Amino acid sequence: MKLKGWKEVTPGAVILEAGNAIEFKTGSWRAFKPVWKKEHCIQCLLCWLYCPDMAIKVKDGRRAEFDYDFCKGCGICALECPGKKGIKAIIMVEEEK
Amino acid sequence: MAKILKLRELSKKDVLISAGHRMCAGCGAPTVVKMVLMASDYPVIAANSTGCLEVSTCISDYTAWKIPWIHSAFENAAATISGVETMYRALKKQGKIDREIKFIAFGGDGGTYDIGLQSLSGAMERGHDMLYICYDNGAYMNTGIQRSSATPFGADTTTRPAGSAVPGKTEQRKNLTRIMAAHDIPYVAQASPSHWMDLMKKVRKALEIKGPKFMNILSPCNRGWRSRTDDSIMLSRLAVETCHWPLYEVENGVTKITFRPKQKRPVEDFLRPQGRFKHLFKPENEWIIKKSQEDIDREWEKLQKEEALFAS
Repeated sequence: MKLKGWKEVTPGAVILEAGNAIEFKTGSWRAFKPVWKKEHCIQCLLCWLYCPDMAIKVKDGRRAEFDYDFCKGCGICALECPGKKGIKAIIMVEEEK
Repeated sequence: MAKILKLRELSKKDVLISAGHRMCAGCGAPTVVKMVLMASDYPVIAANSTGCLEVSTCISDYTAWKIPWIHSAFENAAATISGVETMYRALKKQGKIDREIKFIAFGGDGGTYDIGLQSLSGAMERGHDMLYICYDNGAYMNTGIQRSSATPFGADTTTRPAGSAVPGKTEQRKNLTRIMAAHDIPYVAQASPSHWMDLMKKVRKALEIKGPKFMNILSPCNRGWRSRTDDSIMLSRLAVETCHWPLYEVENGVTKITFRPKQKRPVEDFLRPQGRFKHLFKPENEWIIKKSQEDIDREWEKLQKEEALFAS
């Protein structure tokens, strides 16, 4: 991410590139990290729907891995996960480092 | 319209708000926006009033919106989108544009209940073909949790802090959904992100109707509600199940309750997980919970009677 000088900014500060916030990685905000346990996943996609940070990837209508570049670690996915037979498919673990 | 809403099918659509926005972890608003935009099968142009959503999705040079989006001021999202919609109609008349485009304005409760109420009321009265969405988090969260007219009775805010002098907000919450219904516009609805199918159906229905539409959507804020980051969907579900936030729609003056909890839970269930209501559980503040419950019961009773009035 590089800040623009006044000569580079568009008139009226119009942003011409839609959705360029994707260049700003918010993953460093995380204190807790969600971990996906594929074997307990029933593919309900509720985690994908409720994720406020669009940090859960979906491929061909099936859930894929977390996008840790953007996940802020709020834990909504883990709380809302229905899991298989009562065992949740997403658990929160403390972030290392 | 009337395609069945299936998550598997919806997941193949492009999500029109991108990752990398700077809303707080666990905020309800991006989820609301995501659901609203996903529900639309038409191209959408949005206006935004000043607020958390506007500030955090559009920080200098970076925008999280993948649709044409305009912000001008706090009080005039409705007026701004009215102008855009009028321009669209003029261009259409001149044959310069032929696509069917929908117009949505997003505003927080501060920008809708308080500051933007006159421009919203004006736009609704003029009959613009637009949908106004208020994401209600119940205070001015962006500037530091100051009370708004959407703040529930008894809630602790930084401008009405609960202590020995006052037990939090001592005024009633404004019922904006009813105020908008009183404008006699074609469609008014109340929704919650926890009931996503209900929310998306309402958005779809609203976009099919010509004329001004209004939707009030609950959007939990863990910073302001003093709750955990992971419970925004859970709290919005509790708000619905306690009937603090009843799900209903008013279509051409006819009220319809769209979700009836199997068992109406006591309001304490909604209040207890939130730090902003912590002081209400002290013995001297018991009357506030009692009054909140009475208000909820009365409103729920009223809604059911209104619905029965037109039931056939």
